[in-house]
Amino acid sequence: MRWVARVLGRFAARQPLGAAGAVIVLALVATAALAPQLAPHGAKEAAFAPYLPPSAEFPFGTDQLGRDILSRVIWGTRLSLYVGLVSVMFGVTFGGLWGVVTAYFGGAADTASQRVVDTLMALPPIILALSLMAALGQSVNNVILALTLLLTPTAARTLRSLALSIRESPYVEAARAAGCSHWRVIALHVLPNTFATYIVLVTVNISYAIVVEASLSFLGLGTPPDEPSWGAMLTAGSQAVEAAPWMFLFPGLAISLTVFGLNLLGDAIRDLTDPRLRGGLG
Amino acid sequence: MAGRYVARRLLLFVPTLVGASIFIFVLMRLVPGDIAEILVYQTGGETSAIQQKQIRQIRQELGLDQPVVVQYLDWLGNAARGDFGQSYTQQRPVADILKERVPRSIELAVLTILLAMLWAVPLGVISAVRQNRWADYVVRVLSISGLSVPIFFSGVLVLYLLVRLFKWLPPLEFVSFTANPVENLKQLIWPALVQAFYISAPITRLTRSQLLEVIRQDYVRTARAKGLAERTVVYRHALANSLLPVVTFIGWWGGRLLGGIVIVEIIFSVPGMGSALAHAVTQRDYPTVQAMVFVMALVFLALNLLVDLLYAWLDPRIKYA
Repeated sequence: MRWVARVLGRFAARQPLGAAGAVIVLALVATAALAPQLAPHGAKEAAFAPYLPPSAEFPFGTDQLGRDILSRVIWGTRLSLYVGLVSVMFGVTFGGLWGVVTAYFGGAADTASQRVVDTLMALPPIILALSLMAALGQSVNNVILALTLLLTPTAARTLRSLALSIRESPYVEAARAAGCSHWRVIALHVLPNTFATYIVLVTVNISYAIVVEASLSFLGLGTPPDEPSWGAMLTAGSQAVEAAPWMFLFPGLAISLTVFGLNLLGDAIRDLTDPRLRGGLG
Repeated sequence: MAGRYVARRLLLFVPTLVGASIFIFVLMRLVPGDIAEILVYQTGGETSAIQQKQIRQIRQELGLDQPVVVQYLDWLGNAARGDFGQSYTQQRPVADILKERVPRSIELAVLTILLAMLWAVPLGVISAVRQNRWADYVVRVLSISGLSVPIFFSGVLVLYLLVRLFKWLPPLEFVSFTANPVENLKQLIWPALVQAFYISAPITRLTRSQLLEVIRQDYVRTARAKGLAERTVVYRHALANSLLPVVTFIGWWGGRLLGGIVIVEIIFSVPGMGSALAHAVTQRDYPTVQAMVFVMALVFLALNLLVDLLYAWLDPRIKYA
């Protein structure tokens, strides 16, 4: 256990902003995990008077349907982190594997796959996700699917260019010469060397996924309306800006804090894993 | 050399644009319910034989009863000749809607980028020159917070403050720049500021990190060693070379801005392309969606090409590949 403390201590000393980000992210994960214990009311429980301003009983006030906003913000943490993490894991893993395999084999399949990536990247992301949600219907799983589709091409492109350089390295040549099959080389020599970039892509993209989820809900085509999505809460709030500013303020602060913490942490991890930036730019 | 490069890049536009339009075409056909059902059921009530007949009739008129492949080839053939068809919901050609909406969104995007550059690049320079001193920390925390506040939150917040403090209300009618520049800027300045705040954060960070990299290079040391003023070294020698990635980023964002503009357009009631597109998606107005996505993808590709050309022009070390 001692070495864990030492590693964490060194991280905090070298990346103070990153450590602050890690603390914020840990607090959010705890909030999400303990939502049933922390939230005074259910997320969908519309049992109170609508548009109540913040008070001792309802610290964040109530919304247009008489739901406790504090409880919805807490439950929303769980929804946001879940959607963000799962879609990024799917998108970056799938896109990464795609990029690595096509880069390794090259040839016509690689060229064709590059055209597909170009095409997906030329489409405006919000509009792509919006049309997909209109086609599939509003559900948490469909939001994850739409986000996965947005993240896949970027991950494929990034890891493809990395795999292209790994492919030319002497140790890959040596493994081939020693008689390894192509798939064995990919699994044991190429993929492990893309791991640092993979981790960076995951951390950097979680905040992006969370923002896009909230944007879709904000536009009315995200998670189903009764789900406690911060984006949907902001839409409801934006329709009552003057009468009930607490309705947009608290979910807005929650999403900003989340993205802030994830950005700080993501930056720190990128600096630590990218040797070209090590020790300098922070 | 450059001519052949441009020609090859332009040729690559074709498969990308066709691919993108097929993708959106199929996606829109997967949306449950079409315009015929929306139009007929709008009047409410139970499904009746008459309504079924009306639906069939509308579908036939719009060609929606044809196989999807035929529908797509029809669309493509017409689009290649610049005919994007009639809008289903607004009784006019899609080309007219584009002519009305596109310039507004482009104006908003240009205004956003100009405003963002105005403070983002100088802040990046200050941050780099004063690396690890308090000014640097302030700029870095500011820019990372700028990145953390999503546009829909900062937008609603600004709207709230405008309504509260100035009794400002989003205008009901859009005034074009040519008709009345002052009125026009009054309408667009707030959405542009909200977006500029968001995109200035990455510009500042990029300027800072690039400048820091360039400042450590030998030719900068030479410039200092021959006794040039620090100001001259930073602005004449270092900054010019560190702005290249910033140019790329802005070009890339410009292309993205047109798609991302939908949120500010809705919050500030700007009748531009983004809000029209979001509306068309929910209304199953296929021709409008198709045409707008096509225009957005084209602008995105063209800007990317332009950035690459600009890049090679600004930095002669880069060769066309």
